[in-house]
Amino acid sequence: MASIARNVLMLAAALAGAALSAPAAAQNEQFIPILSYRTGPYAVNGAPYANGVVDYYNLINERDGGINGIKILIEECETGYATDKGVECYERLKSKGPTGAAFINPLSTGITFALTEKTATDKIPIITMGYGRADSKNGAVFAYNFPLLGTYWSAADIAIQYVAKELGGFDKLKGRKISLLYHDSPYGKEPIPMLQVLAQKYGFDFTPIPVTHPGVEQKSQWLAIRQNRPDYVLVWGWGVMNSTAINEAAAVAYPRDKMIGVWWSGAEPDVTPAGDQAAGYKSLMLQHGAGKFLVHADIEKYLYAKGKGSTEPGKIGEILYNRGMTNAMLGVEAIRKAQEKFGKKPLTGEQVRWGLENLILTADRIKELGFEGMLKPVSISCSDHEGARYGRVQQWDGKGWKVISDWYTADESLIEPLVADVSAKYAAEKKIQPRDCAKET
Amino acid sequence: MLYREAGQFKTNYAEDMAIFPIRQDRIALAILLGIAFIGVPLLASFRIWPFRTDYLLWAILLPFLILALAAVGTNILVGYCGQISLGSGAFMAIGAYSAYKLATGVHIPLAWLGFAIAIPPLPVLASILLGGLMAACAGILFGIPSLRIKGLYLAVATLAAQFFFDWAFLRLPWFTNYAPSGSVNAPELDFFGMIVRTPVERYLLCLLFVTVMAVLAKNLVRGNLGRQWMAIRDMDIAAELIGIRPLYAKLTAFAVSSFIIGVAGALWAFVYLGSWEPLAFSIDRSLELLFMVIIGGLGSIMGSFIGAAFILIMPIMLNVIPAELGLPLSTQTITHLQFIIFGSLICYLLIKEPHGFARLISIGKEKLRLWPFPY
Repeated sequence: MASIARNVLMLAAALAGAALSAPAAAQNEQFIPILSYRTGPYAVNGAPYANGVVDYYNLINERDGGINGIKILIEECETGYATDKGVECYERLKSKGPTGAAFINPLSTGITFALTEKTATDKIPIITMGYGRADSKNGAVFAYNFPLLGTYWSAADIAIQYVAKELGGFDKLKGRKISLLYHDSPYGKEPIPMLQVLAQKYGFDFTPIPVTHPGVEQKSQWLAIRQNRPDYVLVWGWGVMNSTAINEAAAVAYPRDKMIGVWWSGAEPDVTPAGDQAAGYKSLMLQHGAGKFLVHADIEKYLYAKGKGSTEPGKIGEILYNRGMTNAMLGVEAIRKAQEKFGKKPLTGEQVRWGLENLILTADRIKELGFEGMLKPVSISCSDHEGARYGRVQQWDGKGWKVISDWYTADESLIEPLVADVSAKYAAEKKIQPRDCAKET
Repeated sequence: MLYREAGQFKTNYAEDMAIFPIRQDRIALAILLGIAFIGVPLLASFRIWPFRTDYLLWAILLPFLILALAAVGTNILVGYCGQISLGSGAFMAIGAYSAYKLATGVHIPLAWLGFAIAIPPLPVLASILLGGLMAACAGILFGIPSLRIKGLYLAVATLAAQFFFDWAFLRLPWFTNYAPSGSVNAPELDFFGMIVRTPVERYLLCLLFVTVMAVLAKNLVRGNLGRQWMAIRDMDIAAELIGIRPLYAKLTAFAVSSFIIGVAGALWAFVYLGSWEPLAFSIDRSLELLFMVIIGGLGSIMGSFIGAAFILIMPIMLNVIPAELGLPLSTQTITHLQFIIFGSLICYLLIKEPHGFARLISIGKEKLRLWPFPY
């Protein structure tokens, strides 16, 4: 009994020591918070993404000794894809480390909406790579939002371009029926205004069909699809909703090759639960696909060979893992860019924001980083916080994802008026004076 | 010893009927209010521990105050009047969306009559209170079935309110001013020219609302109306026989409870979230409020506060502690541990004390009064 008590005491002392010594060590470190979800109905997609993010930051620390010698300090917080938890995590992590959070990746459009105003007040950039609010592309109004590499309006446009190509031209879209099966949250609703614009322009018949969170119950939606027989079904799902959609499509015999998922509905965990029924299913690609590139060799060498990886070695190179890595890389490069101006020291969110806004990744730089083949050049500016608008289409053949299309570029002429209109409304509502991008340096 | 009433004589009826008849209670409350109204804002303004960052204020105290207010509202209906409700989340949503509509201007085009109803944007305070009023109206409407059905059946009827309003705010774009994503932004919090922005200001605003409403609620349940509610709760037929009208008693309970919940909903949306979607007021919120009331203590205003603190803060603490201690656990493990520990705590508490924290405290109080010879 006494020995147990002593052990407990010693453990408590050790814990207290750890608690006291932990903050003292961090002085020359750049803190980056990670909002992730490894539990709940979205964990199948959230976990590989978070693993990619964590591995890339660890790689920078292990291989390069940090960003120009400034080590990256990370802390994860579980949001469960819930908005209120996400806000709590943000508040918990935003002022940790010597200079506070460098930036934040909420990995949820709902959390992005909730944080947009807060991050602007706290001067912490919010990077929403391939998600978030589409109007935040306009950096003049949304100074701290960075929907890098593609918004949902770009995605909607690329999807319709692909459909037109498959049908044999934009004129063939007239009179066709296209449905959008979407997650009933800000995430799923984002593409609707763009699709309405496109429907009007090309004369196709657009029907949005909502699916309630978390998306395991889709019988009535697919019954409606069976009755309506749309030519294409766009899937804007996440987590279990994706695989459920494929199963339900099979149940009503809707052809899987007429389903096109957004880039969040096209990863391995979305199709594998559906088994053979998923064969033929297509999805957009946020530029990169699955597979290993040069950077993966480094990850294997510096992390997994030493047992420091965050997942099983077999899962390196999965689509969402790669996306997490890309997301982390863009953040790291932004910090590197900001260090050019502000010096090689831990930077504040406001300084990193400058780095993000002036970040230009050329093809050569991308090759240097080991991301050649995953990413096209990115160029972010005050007026364009998106940086690149490319996409491809891939198809699941039952065993792996095959790229089946060329590169598409979203049509600026259609998206820009909508961005200007919606962001101007936001500015008026929030009394934001848009910056003059010509004067930004 | 500290808690002895010897020497406290009551010489008139007013003293006898006071909310806090014991001097020690009054002192304790005064200290608590002093800390809440003066201490916390002072510490937060000078960034003294534990308010070095905004975290405690923003992520703990603010949601705690607002959810405690909602729990007070739920407690009036469930704890005092005995009408089980699973629609609290919906009433919060009604408060939030009505306040939003009123604060941004209401425009109802009546094309077939050739005119439109247009209300210009109202001040924020008026919107929040009117939002509560709208919730009260909806509460009365959905309270009508309570005259015929009781207990679990009523719970199912209020569940209908939950799903109906979830659906309405999600699907009818009019409520969200046709926002493309369905997510709406709160207007600027302008109170008679004073703009509430910083966490301390937001905290004080909520504290003011909560204090005023809690005092009103406490007085209401001590008065005629509260006694009618409790009579209905304890035995409705007997209550009817002694002359209490069930229609009046039940519907006032629904109205008062929904009003408070509606105001809490408007505060939740405007002051805490700032930007929200219907998911913020889903069935999970209703259940959470019900648990707060059950754990805190049915039929106790103070219990609502303790219940809110337990349900809101305990999981966060369980989540934060391992990271603060530097334990090498993954977030996944911590989250699962949090569910396990929190769940077992609730089971343990309900087995040990089915009447919640409020009962535990009153037992403690009794023992303290008799100390050093409690029995």
